[in-house]
Amino acid sequence: MKRVVHFLLPLCGIGMALLAWWAASAAVPDLPSPVRTWEESKIYILEPLAKRGESDQGILLLAYYSLVRVAQGFLLGIAIATPIGFLLGVSPILTRMFDPLMQVLRPISPLAWLPLGLVLFQKSEPAALFAIAVCSMWPTVINTMMGVRAIPQDYWNVAKVLRLSRTTTFIKIIVPATLPYMFTGYRLSLGIAWLVIVASEMLTGTPGVGGFLWQEYNSLVYAHILLAIITIGVVGFALDRLMGLAEARLRAV
Amino acid sequence: MRHVLKNVTLDVEQGEFVSIVGTMGSGKSTLLSLLAGLTMADTGTIVVDGTPVSGIRNDAAFVFQNYSLLPWFSAIENVRLGVEAAFPAAPPAEQRARAREALERVGLGNALDRKPRQLSGGMRQRVSLARAFATGPRVLYLDEPFGALDALTRETLQTDLAQLCAERDRPVTTVMITNNVEEAILLSDRIIPIIPGPPACLGPSIAVELLRPRTLAQLAHDEHATHVRAHVIAALTAAMPRRGRPASPDAAAALRTAEPAKATGQA
Repeated sequence: MKRVVHFLLPLCGIGMALLAWWAASAAVPDLPSPVRTWEESKIYILEPLAKRGESDQGILLLAYYSLVRVAQGFLLGIAIATPIGFLLGVSPILTRMFDPLMQVLRPISPLAWLPLGLVLFQKSEPAALFAIAVCSMWPTVINTMMGVRAIPQDYWNVAKVLRLSRTTTFIKIIVPATLPYMFTGYRLSLGIAWLVIVASEMLTGTPGVGGFLWQEYNSLVYAHILLAIITIGVVGFALDRLMGLAEARLRAV
Repeated sequence: MRHVLKNVTLDVEQGEFVSIVGTMGSGKSTLLSLLAGLTMADTGTIVVDGTPVSGIRNDAAFVFQNYSLLPWFSAIENVRLGVEAAFPAAPPAEQRARAREALERVGLGNALDRKPRQLSGGMRQRVSLARAFATGPRVLYLDEPFGALDALTRETLQTDLAQLCAERDRPVTTVMITNNVEEAILLSDRIIPIIPGPPACLGPSIAVELLRPRTLAQLAHDEHATHVRAHVIAALTAAMPRRGRPASPDAAAALRTAEPAKATGQA
């Protein structure tokens, strides 16, 4: 009985949201109802990997394009952010040097970085990767830095009394101790990377979920906007879950 | 600025086991940290073996009160960490063998691959001891090594440590800090009470003239042990601050004149 209720409750929540959507669509003429959205979108969902034209592809294919770019930008971002986080964690001097700069750069929206990316790289793909990397690096930098700062004095004492070299201290003490914090950072960074890719695709019109959304808006096919929105949410949720699984695997080690 | 320690002179013979006994907060841990080179003195210098102390010596080992084992390494990997750092040139097989041998000596031959969270407090401290002894140190510093354990486990480990110190091929000079007088009598050649300050200083040392290794059962009935026990407790209580009266180095001085002829060392 408990299990039934356990699964029923989220379904109720979703049901209520659908109801609210339906009510809104009745009130606003341009907004398609859930039923109409399904009618107009089902071809994209039922043939997720079809490619009927550059601007007319199945939903999984579109998501795949976006994900590839996210992966590239995200990996680039954490490759830069992780060493920076370690350096800032061990050096109070460097932290003091770069902290004001970081605080100013952090809140800058991807939409502001994108034009700069276009200026630097001329083409939209590298500009998008640049925007993803720069926006998503901050949670990793900060969490990694905090992780190093949180290393208990006990572990530093071990390094001291055993007279471990700097390299050994780094590999055998600092990295394992910081790993949980690093993964928290990665999870947050991945979330931001996914946000950024949608925004940058919308701005540059490259094929992907964000590109599809903007294109359908311009083509006045509003049902597809909603399809895109739901897809973005579901994929974002799946990414977060996957990262959480990876984190849990690591903790068990 | 508060003076934690002042004018401390400590004479330790090679191979001797010296215990510094005192209450919590009397500056014992600070003294040991300074001796070992773990912390630096704000003012004044520390000279060990003729040379000023400037960091941890490479022939010294340290055992902390709270195990300080790395939780992501197994027991043998924790010990190996020490062995690798002490003998970097040795082949890995030899390093592993040393680590295993050290763990077997402390009775953990069956728990080599267990992680610290799978070990009890007493076992973790044994791993700590194994790690210290595995590096073949000439000097050993112990900071209230059994303070975090329950009384029964403590007694077992005290006896084991007594055995470990006695069965070394080379004598290891040991300085231990404890607040447990029985422990000090069991393990040491000399006991030095610390007179709380600030600034703290050392009282006159009291020799324990019994052959090592000793057992707790033996000490319970030994006449000399009883005498030493009384002497140490008297030294500690005389110097302890009472309500309305600060700690009195004079009381310790009075004790010095009353001491039996066997005691050596100075404050």
